[in-house]
Amino acid sequence: MWKWLHPYANPEVSYHFAGRMLPWFTALAALLLSIGLVWALAFAPADYQQGDSFRIFYLHVPAASLSMGIYLGMAIAAFTSIVWQLKLADASAAAMAPVGAVFTTIALITGAAWGKPMWGTWWIWDARLTSELILLFLYLGVMALHNAFEDKHLAGKAAGILTLVGVINVPIIKYSVEWWNTLHQGSTISKMGKPSISTDMLWPFLFCFLGFVMLVAAIICIRFRSEVLARNSIRPWVQVLVATQVASKENK
Amino acid sequence: MNKPKPQTNLSYRMVFSLILMRDLTIALRHKDDIINPLLFFVIVVTLFPLGIGPESQTLSRIAPGIIWVAALLSTLLSLDRLFKSDHSDGSLEQMLLSPHPVFILVLAKIIAHWLLTGLPLILIAPLLAVLLHLNEQSYGALMLTLLLGTPVLSLLGAIGVALTVGIKKGGVLLSLLVLPLYIPVLIFATSAIDTAALGLPYNGQLAIIAALFFGSLTLAPFAVGAALKVSTN
Repeated sequence: MWKWLHPYANPEVSYHFAGRMLPWFTALAALLLSIGLVWALAFAPADYQQGDSFRIFYLHVPAASLSMGIYLGMAIAAFTSIVWQLKLADASAAAMAPVGAVFTTIALITGAAWGKPMWGTWWIWDARLTSELILLFLYLGVMALHNAFEDKHLAGKAAGILTLVGVINVPIIKYSVEWWNTLHQGSTISKMGKPSISTDMLWPFLFCFLGFVMLVAAIICIRFRSEVLARNSIRPWVQVLVATQVASKENK
Repeated sequence: MNKPKPQTNLSYRMVFSLILMRDLTIALRHKDDIINPLLFFVIVVTLFPLGIGPESQTLSRIAPGIIWVAALLSTLLSLDRLFKSDHSDGSLEQMLLSPHPVFILVLAKIIAHWLLTGLPLILIAPLLAVLLHLNEQSYGALMLTLLLGTPVLSLLGAIGVALTVGIKKGGVLLSLLVLPLYIPVLIFATSAIDTAALGLPYNGQLAIIAALFFGSLTLAPFAVGAALKVSTN
């Protein structure tokens, strides 16, 4: 059943696969984001209470949900790496961590920029803001652990264990912080239930959201490829690859 | 101590108590390791009134937070001892190579760590609570949360130490890894103490800390074992 997956355990095959996917992700991201952002920022109706400042929602919410989604992806990669000993899963987890950290930061900064006109303050110790901040700390911990080891293979394993410990803790931290203090508005978009957002606003949001998902996928592909190259730099196929690249540049 | 026997049919309980006694004996011969984190705890707590001011109302309001944050920090400071010396003299590797389950070894070491750092901390906490004018109704809650919460700190901290034991400058990294994981304990413990100060029941918070305790008691040793295998390579 899983046999079709086996060739991708080979770094060379995965490297080229990521390379083939990259233009698709990039093109889709460019298309969706250019439609979605123009629609959202220029044409979507302004909120009746929050006015135009609500438009940062189209950036803030995708960033916030992706910050959690990427962590989940990292945890799945870490789990795969620990259970099936796939070295490439480590490479993909290493590729995801900084992207996730950046999106968490974006969510925090856009949240602060949104909070200033709405709540009258840049920062409040509200449950969601705090758990997002803690998520950033978890990301930074994973990245720091990655950098602390000389041996990338060991680094991947150690960071994988930390990611899994973190993923058990994320819901606990989230609920404990929520219990501790709540001011943030409730979630307006749920996947299954009837969204409490007007459809004029929902469509540009969906475009933006998918656009950001594609953007993340594209960035992760690029980072994954360079991780694979860095880890396999002594393998013959990488050296052949580099040699052909250099030759094609010299010919130009 | 028993004579070392060259076979492997030690029961789990014997392995557990052997390791526990070994760690306790080593620590009791280096008393500084026990006293220094405790001194750190006391000094950190005394710094707060100096920084904030001596008004007893303010102090009693923030006393639970101060005591708990100081407990987190002093646990963090003492965590280093858990595996470091055993790693550097090679005995950790021998323990992992032994035929006994890593779970038992790790659990014994963590419990030894708690007996040496968590327990003294609990014993000295009421004294510091007096210094901080903690509300009289809160003493029971303070002791109970410390009793249930400090083992969680040792258990979760052990994961961080196990990950960083092979790294030369692991100390700062350790705090970065471990402190975010301590947040739920801090939140529920201080909230229980605050609730107790109002004369309300705090069973809910205690139950959650107990759940965190049992959850980490059963899961953390596995993570520690896996991390030690990575660190000793």
